Amino acid sequence: MSMPDLDPRHDAPGAGVTESILYLEGVSVSFDGFKALNSLNLIIRRGEMRAIIGPNGAGKTTMMDVVTGRTRPDTGRVLFAADTNLTHLDETAIANLGIGRKFQKPTVFESLTVFENIYLALKTNRSVTETLFARIRGEQRDRIDQTLETTRLGARREDLAGDLSHGQKQWLEIGMLLAQEPELMLLDEPVAGMSDAETEQTVALLMEIAKDHSLVVVEHDMEFVRNLECMVTVLHEGSVIAEGPMDSVQSDPRVIEVYLGR
Amino acid sequence: MGPISTRLLALESRRGWATVMVFAVLALVVVPVLNLAVPPGSAFHLPTFWVATLGKYLAFAILALSLDLIWGYAGILSLGHGAFFGLGGYAMGMYMMRQIGERGVYGNPELPDFMVFLNWDTLPWYWFGFDQFWFAALMVLAVPGLLAFVFGWFAFRSRITGVYFSIISQAMVFAFMLAFFRNEMGFGGNNGLTDFKDILGFDLSRDTTKVGLYIATAASLLLVYFVCRAVVTSKMGRLLIAVRDAESRVRFLGYSVTNAKLFVFTLSAMLAGLAGALYVPQVGIINPGEFAPAKSIEIAIWVAVGGRGTLFGAILGAFAVNGARTYFTGAAPEIWLFFLGALFILVTLAMPRGIVGVYQSIRSGQFKDAIGRRLQRVDA
Amino acid sequence: MASSRTRGALRPDCRAVLVGLGLLMTALLLALAPAHAQSLDDTFAAAVQALDARKFSGKAEAVEALGALDDDRAISVLEAFADGRLYRRKADKLVFIGTRDDKTYILTNPVDGTEIGTVASRAVKRIVANNKLRGQIRGVLGQLALFSADPDTRRAAAENVIASPSDDSLPLLKRARDRETDAGVRATLETGIAMLELASDDRDLRLAAVAALADRSDPAIKSALEQRLLANDEGGFVEPDAEIRATVQAAVEDIEDRLALFGLAENLIFGLSLGSVLLLAAIGLAITFGVMGVINMAYGEMIMLGAYTTFLVQEIFRSSLPPEVFGWYVAAAIPAAFLVAAGFGVLIERGCIRFLYGRPLETLLATWGVSLILQQLVRSLFGANNREVANPDWISGAVSLGGGVSITLNRVYIIIFSLVVVVALAAFIRHSRFGLQMRAVTQNRGMASAMGIRTGRVDALTFALGSGIAGVAGVALSQISNVSPNLGQNFIVDSFMVVVFGGVGSLWGTIVGAFSLGIVNKFLEPVSGAILGKVVVLVIIILFIQKRPRGLFALKGRAAEA
Repeated sequence: MSMPDLDPRHDAPGAGVTESILYLEGVSVSFDGFKALNSLNLIIRRGEMRAIIGPNGAGKTTMMDVVTGRTRPDTGRVLFAADTNLTHLDETAIANLGIGRKFQKPTVFESLTVFENIYLALKTNRSVTETLFARIRGEQRDRIDQTLETTRLGARREDLAGDLSHGQKQWLEIGMLLAQEPELMLLDEPVAGMSDAETEQTVALLMEIAKDHSLVVVEHDMEFVRNLECMVTVLHEGSVIAEGPMDSVQSDPRVIEVYLGR
Repeated sequence: MGPISTRLLALESRRGWATVMVFAVLALVVVPVLNLAVPPGSAFHLPTFWVATLGKYLAFAILALSLDLIWGYAGILSLGHGAFFGLGGYAMGMYMMRQIGERGVYGNPELPDFMVFLNWDTLPWYWFGFDQFWFAALMVLAVPGLLAFVFGWFAFRSRITGVYFSIISQAMVFAFMLAFFRNEMGFGGNNGLTDFKDILGFDLSRDTTKVGLYIATAASLLLVYFVCRAVVTSKMGRLLIAVRDAESRVRFLGYSVTNAKLFVFTLSAMLAGLAGALYVPQVGIINPGEFAPAKSIEIAIWVAVGGRGTLFGAILGAFAVNGARTYFTGAAPEIWLFFLGALFILVTLAMPRGIVGVYQSIRSGQFKDAIGRRLQRVDA
Repeated sequence: MASSRTRGALRPDCRAVLVGLGLLMTALLLALAPAHAQSLDDTFAAAVQALDARKFSGKAEAVEALGALDDDRAISVLEAFADGRLYRRKADKLVFIGTRDDKTYILTNPVDGTEIGTVASRAVKRIVANNKLRGQIRGVLGQLALFSADPDTRRAAAENVIASPSDDSLPLLKRARDRETDAGVRATLETGIAMLELASDDRDLRLAAVAALADRSDPAIKSALEQRLLANDEGGFVEPDAEIRATVQAAVEDIEDRLALFGLAENLIFGLSLGSVLLLAAIGLAITFGVMGVINMAYGEMIMLGAYTTFLVQEIFRSSLPPEVFGWYVAAAIPAAFLVAAGFGVLIERGCIRFLYGRPLETLLATWGVSLILQQLVRSLFGANNREVANPDWISGAVSLGGGVSITLNRVYIIIFSLVVVVALAAFIRHSRFGLQMRAVTQNRGMASAMGIRTGRVDALTFALGSGIAGVAGVALSQISNVSPNLGQNFIVDSFMVVVFGGVGSLWGTIVGAFSLGIVNKFLEPVSGAILGKVVVLVIIILFIQKRPRGLFALKGRAAEA
């Protein structure tokens, strides 16, 4: 295999490195011979909302793992905001750069209250000494209240996160993500297990968030993706096979083959 | 009032302060008065033996708090806390050993008896400075702290969690036991350090010294309790619970789990070292038996019996289990291990939240109170 | 023929006369054979009688003379003399060996070993020996052993002489060599002779000696050779001849190479032996921890129960079965220990662990409680002291591997046994129906349950299997270590280290982990001492887990991270 071309001017179609918030080039990951990502190229522009779809095993979650530092790629590079290489940073450093992630399975701190969950997520100095001596300030309290309002959790503020319903946990996690004030948000199946009404509300919430954030949403629910009205990237066997608006992607013969062919 | 005192006051609720004060007065005033001021013939007189026994329990309570801090809150079950306790104890023992001076069997002003016995003619370098109390006191905290920092750095950095950490920490304390059994280590081998004469110039065999040590231990427990209280009520305390609930999620929030764990583990080790240092002068001996893996596991059961994830529970558990030990080893020694074993099984199966949990559920009539739920999830 | 060469100076006619005389003598001797035997007895009797000399110097001469007879009967006489059991009967001044029986003595004829009868203690007088004499007797006894009828005694005697060589022993060794029939003992004697001849005045003999020693592999021989290379007081060398010194140097280097090789082999073999013990101890754990993910702190007690079962089976064999079959108690103990430990395993799993699945830390604590109870139970039933489990004859003894390396037979059996257990276990898991169910439950509990596998039953049986194997390990360990209530505790940390090091869930990892830890331990021991070696190994494992947190043979990928 030849080395990937590192000159940004020769990049895949679409935006160049300079306007990108996230730039993946030739990223490959394999587990025991199984190629989860196969020289994946992906560019997310600053301020863009992007949906990523693909069948099971297409590499969607692995792609998020690579971006957030959970998995190190075998080859390729991952640039954040066009200048920071993420491949050698750990999860903590990447999160502090301004990349937030919501997991497929809602992961909140079940024995802390809703309020405390958001409080921990707030953007602030997260060193040990700061954390040890931190006192909650008025504007932080306001920020938490605001986040709770956005995610409609105001009424459950003092309840334990473990007592929330599944959909509420999803929202709490999105709320934590908001409190982090990231530049880029990665959401892995944000509406899994939600009722139709909750899904609708979530669409509205994401559209709202997308106004001032860059967003990458991985989802199975086609209706939901369509409602996001954004660019769609289709992954299959670790590579991009199609990219474009939902309608054009859905009529792409390769996409049809991948989804229906087997 | 200044911000520091406000923050101190905020550590406890009104009720909490009242409870703490009651216990503090009991331990720091009532017990010494019953021993020293009430004449021996009186029905209210507390024999010195019992004061010393209580002092021992208080040191164990500090040890239990130190384990509760990492296990109950951060979810790190260390089965090697005896190593820190033992090292603190050895540091204090080394000081008292040097205080013996010429009063040893061999009368060597410089070398402890066991070194003379081994035909050593110079003091090993790591014994230097231990003739000074301040140095020994520093080492009581520094050595366990440093060990915990190094060990923790290796373990947490490579994300060794759960039972893996438990097993590795058990191996660590086991290695200490093997090493300290060796005479060549220069810590008295099998016999350890003993035959202490005095501490800070006070004769260890005198009753007033014993009561003094008891008071020092009680005061230390109070201090350690507030230190732990300050940690668990801080944002750090919430972070530790978050680490316990969903470690990797914490990382994606931008906190360094390694650093948080390293902080609390090191702090906990220093507290355990302090407990050891308070324990040794009261029992008059420290030997490699303190490094036995069984002893370290037992600390976990103190905490579990009392109720982990609550500081009060850890103290209560240390008193309850050790009180039971004192009773059984006197009344029916062969029953003791059956009892202790059954306790391990019973507590994990039937009362995972310990005595405090049972009390809370009786009081509230249900398990629904918020703190209760928080505790219930310790095992998740 | 030998005589013809040395006496080549004689004239041929003289030689004819000599041959004739020789023939005559032979004929005479043959005719007088019984009388000759008679005279041998008389000589021996006379030599024994001479021990009763008045002065110690006379006794010393008599001891020497008796030794020079090369008569096996002298051994018992001299031993009796040294022990103060040699007596003079006052009535006839004859010397007997006496055994005190209360106030009388049973006398034995030293010549033919027959019992003469019992006499009163007044009737005899002890022939006393002093310390110096006793020392001399021991020396003579040592030489006599060279001529013993038993080849093992002769070999041991030869090795004794070689270990403390003196120039006087050279003729003795040569004599022994000439008479020696056993090739092995003969080689030992040759070695001894060569070592002594290194210092011979004859250059050719020295050269031959070096050549004879060059292919031996013995540190003692090496140091004997090195002695020759040292400088002496006069500024020269102990070995004056430069050419021989070069040969000696080469021989020393050869021996060193071989010794290094043997040392390596020894470490490897002892490492394998330790590794097999670790493997046996850890293999059951690899199932309960590795396959089920259950931390069983009472695992060591399953081993201990196996060892106590062995003890009980041994007692039953000893008390109620004929002694011929006693040696097979170990074979009977294997299934018994398996069943006992497996039974306790089922009890523990059903009574405790099954309520704690998915809560590993709680499982750890609860099973620790079980372990305390079992220890105290055994202590109450059998006492706190060690119980003796005897090695049957077929397990006793040692095998020599050459170069001074030998391994006891029980360790050899344990190496073999551990491999048999592992292979049987692997085959069972791979090929049996239960093994299939076990793997199915491990991989996907819900799916397995949906397919009609009773997961609870599989859990219990898997746990029983792991415990049973621990019990079997207990049988093996009872053969090499003390059987005490703490037996299991000694193995628990090591076993966990093996499983963690090898990689949880991998049987292969456990094998490699056990043997590599065993070998590393044995290679570290000479450098750092046994206990510190163990500490170093623990530190190495802790550091190793840094690099590979999931062990040598870890499952990789997303499944492993979940």
